[in-house]
Parts: sequence; C-alpha cells; structure tokens
Amino acid sequence: MKRKMALAKQTILALSGDEAVAYAVKQSDVDLVAAYPITPQTIIVERFSEYVHDGEVDTEFMCAESEHSALTACLAAAAAGARTFTASASAGLALMHEILYVTAGCRAPVVMAIVNRALSAPINIHCDHADSMVERDASWIQIYVENSQEAYDSTIQAFKIAEDPDILLPAMVMLDAFFLSHTLESVNVLPNEAVLKFVGTRKIPLVRSHEDKLVPFKLDPENPLTMGPLDLYDYYFEHKRQQEEAMQRAPQTIKQVHDEYGKISGRRYGNGLVDPYRLEDAEIATICVGSTAGTTKTVVDQLRAKGVKAGLLRLRTYRPFPSQDITKAVGNVKAIAVMDRSHSFGAHGSPIFHELRHVLYDAQTHPQVVNYIYGLGGRDMPQTLIHEIYKDLQKIVKTKRVEKPVQFIGVRE
Amino acid sequence: MASEWKFTIKDLAEKPELFMPGHRACAGCGPAVAYRQILKAARGPIIATNATGCMEVVSTIYPYTAWRIPYIHTAFENVAANAAGIETALKVMKRKGRLKHDHVDVVAFAGDGGTYDIGIQALSGAVERGHDFLFVLYDNEAYMNTGIQRSGGTPHGAWTTTSPAGRVIPGKPEYKKPIADIMVAHGIPYVATASPAYWRDLIIKTRKGLEVEGPAFLHALAPCPRGWRYDTGKTIEMARLAVETCVFPLWEAVDGEYSLSAPSKVIALKPERRKPVREYLKVQGRFRHLFTPEFEHVIGEIEQIVDKRWSMLLKKCGMA
Repeated sequence: MKRKMALAKQTILALSGDEAVAYAVKQSDVDLVAAYPITPQTIIVERFSEYVHDGEVDTEFMCAESEHSALTACLAAAAAGARTFTASASAGLALMHEILYVTAGCRAPVVMAIVNRALSAPINIHCDHADSMVERDASWIQIYVENSQEAYDSTIQAFKIAEDPDILLPAMVMLDAFFLSHTLESVNVLPNEAVLKFVGTRKIPLVRSHEDKLVPFKLDPENPLTMGPLDLYDYYFEHKRQQEEAMQRAPQTIKQVHDEYGKISGRRYGNGLVDPYRLEDAEIATICVGSTAGTTKTVVDQLRAKGVKAGLLRLRTYRPFPSQDITKAVGNVKAIAVMDRSHSFGAHGSPIFHELRHVLYDAQTHPQVVNYIYGLGGRDMPQTLIHEIYKDLQKIVKTKRVEKPVQFIGVRE
Repeated sequence: MASEWKFTIKDLAEKPELFMPGHRACAGCGPAVAYRQILKAARGPIIATNATGCMEVVSTIYPYTAWRIPYIHTAFENVAANAAGIETALKVMKRKGRLKHDHVDVVAFAGDGGTYDIGIQALSGAVERGHDFLFVLYDNEAYMNTGIQRSGGTPHGAWTTTSPAGRVIPGKPEYKKPIADIMVAHGIPYVATASPAYWRDLIIKTRKGLEVEGPAFLHALAPCPRGWRYDTGKTIEMARLAVETCVFPLWEAVDGEYSLSAPSKVIALKPERRKPVREYLKVQGRFRHLFTPEFEHVIGEIEQIVDKRWSMLLKKCGMA
C-alpha cells in the first residue's frame, strides 16, 4: 500500500538536550510546570521560565520549594484536570520517590524529563542511570533517548501516551546528563500548530463515582470524587493490578503514538520500544539505553567494515519492558553484552542485565548474555572500550565459554 | 476584606452537610467536630485536600467517603503543595476557558504533624508564593493517627508515647512551637486561631480565610480524647477550657494586625475571669504525672510559658 504522508514543514534549531525538551514543552500547551533546582539543576526549566516571562506560552510556572512539592503540585493539578510537566535529576528524583508512587497510584498523567545523573555520595553531577533505574518499580513509563532530537520528539509523545485514557500513567523521558543535556545539536522542530494538533487538549475519561454515577475523572465541584483514599486489603490489590494492566497496554499505545508522530515528523526510533541497529544477521550484539547507543553504532559500523557480524539493540522503553520485542530482535544472536550505566549493589549484575537475561530464559534460542557496568558518575565510554566488549563477545562465540558474566569496564582495578 | 458574614444557627442547619456522618472517627473526636463546622462556612464550589493523618484515614476508607466535595489526599508532608497545584490548575484552566466555575475555593487540612513538623516546608513555600487557599491546621497536639507520638505542637510536659512520663524525664521537655505567629511572620493576609467550643467564631474565621485573596491560615484546636486522656463527652469542654485559661487564646491577624477575638478579649479586659491553667491540666490524663511532688515544678513552667505568651499576645493586640 502506497500512501503519501503529510509531513509537517520543520525548522532546524541548534538546541542542547535540555533546550530541546523545553521547546517540546513550550509547544505542548502545558498548563502547569512546577520545578525545583536541587543540586544538580537542569537548564530545562530555566529555558522554560524564559518562555513564560517573555509571554510565549500560556502556562503557569511554579518555582516550588522542593522537588517533592514540585511533583506534588503537578500531581494535584493533573487531578484537577490540568496538563503538567516537571523536570528533575539525581537527588531531586530521589526526593520525589514517595510522590512518584502516589502520582502513578492516583493515575495522574504527569510528564517529567529526567536528566540522568549519578546519585550521591560522593556527590557527583555527571551522567549515569542510577537515579531513574531505582524508580523502575514506581509504575511510570520510562523512555530513554539517544540524542537531543529524540528528547524533543519523546517529550511530545509522552504527553499523548500518559494521557491516553487506556493508560493514565505518568511518564518520564530520560536524557543523559552533559552528553545530551549540555551539548548542542541540530534539532528539527515541528511547527506549533502541528504539535498542538498532535497532543490535543487533555482528555478526561469518565469513571464510576462513589454515588455510582459516571463522572469525569477530576476534582470537579459538580461531580465530587474522593481521590487518594485509604484503600485497604479489600481493594488495594485490585487497584495495583489495574496499574499493571495499564502498563501491559502501554507497549501498544507507545507504538501507536510513535507511529502517528512518525507520520508528521518523518522520524522513527525502531518501533518505539526497541531500536535495533544492524541486528538482522548479527552474531554478536550489545544492548543499552541512552546516548552510548550513538557511539556504539559507530563501533558497529567499523566492525561491519571488517566483516564482523556485530549489531546493537537500543531499548527505548525500560518501562514497560519490551520483552517480546527484545526476544524477537535478538533471535539469532549468539552472544549479547548488556551495557548498564548503573549498578545494583550486591546483585548479580545490573538492572537491564537482570531483566534481559530473565526474558531470554523463555526464548527459543539461548544466547550467552554478559553484563558490562560502565560509565558511573559520568566516566566516558569511548569507542575503544566498546570494541573491547565486542572482542569479548567474539571470544565467547568462538570458545562457547563465558569467563566473567558480570564485569566493570573503564574502571581502575 | 468583605463585610462580615452574618448567619443564624438556622441558616447553618439548612446548609447541606459537606463533611458527612458515617465516617470512622472516634467518639468525641475534636477534629471531626471542627471539620463539620469549617465546611459549614463554604461559600460556593470548594475543593478540599488533606494531609495523611487521622482525618484522612477516618473519612475516606474506600469505597466509602465522608466528603461531599471534591477531595484529594496524596501524602503527609505536602498538603500545601496539593493546594498550590490545584489552585494553579484552576487559575490556568479558567484562563483557557476549561473551568465551568467563576471561582472555586481551595482548602487544605492537616494535623499538627502535617503542619508544625513534616509539612512546614511545603506550607511555608506555598504561602511565600502567595497561592489563594485556606490552610486549616487541626491541632490535636500529637501524632494521634500513628499512636500518640509527640509533635512540634505537643505542649510542654505532656505525656505521649515518644515523650513518656518517665522516672527522670516527665513528658515532653520542649515547648509548643508558636505556629500561628510563624505564619503571621510570613506576611500573609489572614491568620486566626479558633476553637470548636466557639463555633460561631470558628465559622466566621473560616469564611474570612476563604474570602481573603491569597493564603490564609486557620489554627483550630481540636482536642483528642484518646491522646489527651479525658472522657469522650468532654471534648468541647476541653476546647473551651483551653481558651478560658489562656493556654490557647483566640485571635486573628489581618494583614499582620493582631486583634483578640471576643472570648479572649473578655479575659484581657477582665483578668479575674481567667481560669487557672491547672484546671485545664488536671482534667487530662496526659498531664497527670505532673501532679506529683516530684514533677510539680513542670506545672509552674507551663504556667510561666502560658503567661509569657499571653502577655506577648496582649502587646501585639495593643492591649498590654
């Protein structure tokens, strides 16, 4: 079937990852942005406050007195029917931890950008994924981006995914600190009208009230609802199960929204969940999230030029975890190295490795899977180290033996 | 500020109950009485938010609710941030033509823990930003929901489960934080103290707090028979004694200008009408351990702090 897609006319801007996110929020008709600059701070809300003070957006900007209150305000405003956004990183996200769960449990579709930074102590403001990985169980959709363009695109998509009446879960978009947040890149931006049309006005689904009437799911004086009630052993379990069901529906919605966005922007990132690179006939592959995928693609190209059948699978979503898509994508690969930029202390490997190896347990084929922990606290991940990983994979394929299933790379021993 | 709202008890009786019966509060619950009175002061559409605490727990056990108005609870320390978010959402949605009502009041409720202690950061931030909402502190002077632990609002000498009446340390060594004065110091337009024993005063002050543009703070004393150790039928008596002994004077500060409210003004004008602090202490089990030769000096300390704060208040009200 041939169909001409109506691509919107786009403009190229030189934006850092932070600015790309701010620009996406500016275009998404957000009602409230609330934020707090815990150390570390990001430029996202600084740029956004300029839009507010220059009258370029019709958005309330709340300088909260803590990240905890910033997310709370977004959650409560979303409960009142507003579209809300916040941004955070590292310690700020950790401080929000309690409210992350509350936001998801209240089914408030808040969107948040996370500039991935290491957790203290020792204090460090550079990139690793510890801050968002630890929040994987909070029932937020997690999208990790590879570059500033994708940060822009994903932020816009996040509103549509989170607010979908079938989902109603908050969503976070993760971008790597400094590598993306502070690095200028050419970013294609859509015209305002195109984004506005894409995200639309926030839809408020109907729910059954205490008085057994169908009423809008918001704090509405005409149809009073009690939100955030005390919910004991007789109902809590069902409500948590509903969150999981929404998460199970999320892959489909994420793919649809990604596809719909692709039709107006011409940009696609794999199928929206996983983004494979030269993986079709690959014998060895790495798996990662975030900007390291960009460097890895270069390494893959170099290896391919030498005839090595190397590939890469970048996970775009970590929540929901795209189990089926992963199994399908790595079907013929013989050895896989999972590159984790965070660590679960005392565990056998790191978060992505755990889940990935677990998913492959049920797969038809069983590739060897090893884990490389890299780049904590912003330590660079150069091509040379990625080459080492592929070399290790080649050795594993050749010897059919894994010497060290979990190891740190790029660290002083 | 608009002219004072006039009403009869019949008017109140005819107003629908917004905090409904059937909730699970204890017999003699002071906060439940205060909540009912406060919501009688509603002037139109109103949204409530509540910090974690007794009243959140007893009023919203799913699938039931005591709230006939929109209500949200999110956590303990952040009720002022809830109010800030709701108020801001209403403002922007009205501007964008997505709000049916001309104005919706926002009221935040918190106990002493959610105000004096863990909630003070969010409260201070929200009033500094000037959100238009009423914050109601229902002060039962300890963490009653979790089993009577001491808070920044617990008075000196009081027994709680974390300030026990020990052989060496007789109850809480520290003094009650002057929270309402702290709120006045934020420069907000309206701050008042109230007691459910003086229901008319409490309801009028609530209405003023809703009417004022910007943040308002109402400090309502809310006796708790479980935590204070008195008979459940005596809640209103406790709430009255606290005022009559000047332990909890009634006043308001409009734009920072303090004035005594009638029940306390009477005492200021005729000090002989003031009842001794001991009368308030002796009827509550939480102070029982102080009525011993060993710890009687603590009663003296309590009398001293009550006198000191009362005379400071009189100065602020220009009645010294």
